[in-house]
Amino acid sequence: MSPPQKQPATSVRGEASEEIEVRGHIVDSLLLPKILDRILQLGGSFEILECVIGTRRVDPSRARILVRAESSVLLEEILGDLVEHGAAPVRPEDAKLVPADIAGAFPDGFHATTNQRTQVRLRGEWIAVDAQEMDCGIAVDVAAGTARCVAMTDVAVGMAIVVGHAGVRVIPEERPRAVNLFGFMNSNVSSEKPKAVSLHAVADSIRATRREGKKVLLVGGPAIIHTGSSRHLADLIRGGWIQTLFAGNALATHDIEQAFYDTSLGVSLTRGEATEHGHEHHLRAINTIRRLGGIAQAVEKGVLKSGIMYECIQKGVDVVLAGSIRDDGPLPEVITDTLKAQKAMRGALADVGFALLIATALHSIAVGNLLPAWVKVVCVDINPATVTKLSDRGTFQTIGMVTDVEPFLRSLAEELCIED
Amino acid sequence: MLSTPRVLMCPPTYYGIEYEINPWMDRRVGSDPARSRAQWEALRATLVDLGATIELIEPVRGLPDLVFTANAGLVHRDLFIGSRFRFGVRQGESPHFEKWASTHGFRVLLPPEGLHFEGAGDALFCGETLFAGYRFRSDARSHQWVGDTIGVEVLPLELVDPRFYHLDTCFCPLNAETALYYPGAFDDYGRSVLADRVRDLVEVSAEEAVTFTCNAVVVGRTVVLNEAAPKVARELADRGFATRPLPLGEFIKAGGSAKCLTLRLDGEEAADWKRATPAGS
Repeated sequence: MSPPQKQPATSVRGEASEEIEVRGHIVDSLLLPKILDRILQLGGSFEILECVIGTRRVDPSRARILVRAESSVLLEEILGDLVEHGAAPVRPEDAKLVPADIAGAFPDGFHATTNQRTQVRLRGEWIAVDAQEMDCGIAVDVAAGTARCVAMTDVAVGMAIVVGHAGVRVIPEERPRAVNLFGFMNSNVSSEKPKAVSLHAVADSIRATRREGKKVLLVGGPAIIHTGSSRHLADLIRGGWIQTLFAGNALATHDIEQAFYDTSLGVSLTRGEATEHGHEHHLRAINTIRRLGGIAQAVEKGVLKSGIMYECIQKGVDVVLAGSIRDDGPLPEVITDTLKAQKAMRGALADVGFALLIATALHSIAVGNLLPAWVKVVCVDINPATVTKLSDRGTFQTIGMVTDVEPFLRSLAEELCIED
Repeated sequence: MLSTPRVLMCPPTYYGIEYEINPWMDRRVGSDPARSRAQWEALRATLVDLGATIELIEPVRGLPDLVFTANAGLVHRDLFIGSRFRFGVRQGESPHFEKWASTHGFRVLLPPEGLHFEGAGDALFCGETLFAGYRFRSDARSHQWVGDTIGVEVLPLELVDPRFYHLDTCFCPLNAETALYYPGAFDDYGRSVLADRVRDLVEVSAEEAVTFTCNAVVVGRTVVLNEAAPKVARELADRGFATRPLPLGEFIKAGGSAKCLTLRLDGEEAADWKRATPAGS
């Protein structure tokens, strides 16, 4: 009699996947490498979810492996083969839920999230976790049958929080199979890559994101203004290529300074020299905006007539300006409460499919932390360390381009806006 | 001091080729009862001559392969892990072997239902490690269970040639560091594990392997094996082993030879545990 057919769990991308466990002396017997080789030979793919190696020779080791195949028929075939080599399908458990006993803190042993697609098992069903974000917990609405990532500060008393690893599975992003321009790039940071090719790839990716109806996010630092790239970014916004902008007080301030005085930090952007009393320009710009009540009001009254912020107001771009401890002013739109800023950024990230992080280390890392792993991230910076920092902090999907921002934005604007 | 070697055998009273469960068996060929009896008696006499005590299990009509006592189970100290045969035609042997073991001072344990395990046919100690064959008869998972149960390292090796369906047809530990093996019965992974874990591997040629040369019984420094393996005999002599070649053709017709006809009850020569003091004693 054959055992009852187990329905393979289907992942979010419609592929079939199943978790298996292999235990025993799987390293010295080469059973683990053999099983992994078999999966690939038979046309599947795998992800090692957990691997515990025994410490003494007699101690068994254990590996949990997620096996994936493009169809459930192929998956069954692969699993049938693996069983011969001692692999056993894992009998999954439901996620363990503990009600939060304190607001703003998780119960002990909470499941800490990654930025990868995650599912939790509830009453025998795998459900996708919404609002995926690294370094959060998972709150489950048992009645509604939904789950979402929740930040520590947003924990409310009574929230059902997932504890431990049982009943939680992570479905890592697959590397792109098709060879495309974006696929050719990888996260190795180097200043020695053909820039034109990389640039076409970024432009193609932005077009693809817009075609899919997703948003493009730009996170920028004030070097965009200092290097005279403001008009290129303004062109991109006017052309409808940017839907969301995250920045600090500085980018907005120097952009407005340029609009009012044609200087950035007092340096003339047309002549490249310091202007007399130029160091006051940004303060006067902030003061003017504060007197009018805000950037939107300045645009409405016809005081602010050009630049990035102007185009954002005209185009209805979703702007979040987050403050820092060294800000002058700041501009009225700047959110000075860090947690509120984080929340506003989180709220603006829904539907973002592509993020362009330009010339800002702190904002890039902050945004990287909030993004799920499937959002494509391109980080452009003159300093390779910015890109590596971003990857080191877990935003591993980042593609880095070490280049000056001005030629990058100029070429990108030319490439995207010429077609219009 | 080492104990007297004790070996379980079953007289070939009801031995014959009554079914075909491996590529060697052919009912049309059959076996010659008188010759089988003579070959079996010669093996027994040789083992006695080498100082072994032979224990006998009563033969049972209708169970022709009961003569292959190596497949009864796996012995580890006073524990007897009974076999769970893959083929129905051999499953009837299990109650007889278990009854024999439990009435001769062994604790009897069985692998969980649904797993296949064919005892010392597929599980051989070499040093501290249990080398275990899987695919044709035993399951890889049953070996993992055995390792957990007796607390030893188990290295499952996939058997890839159906003619060498049990591990003891292609691998024979001679002592803790030396073993005979036929490379063609294993895949690259298995060959690599053996090369890595057995210091002195004596390679048996395809020609000698098919005469069941690896299916040998080791008593002290003497190897009892089927005749027709002159190359292996020379290799063994170089290493200081004596050989006792015997005609065992009647049993090779069923896919077994000297080793298959015996079950070492006090631990094989290559098993480290027979020399070690049991933990806690």
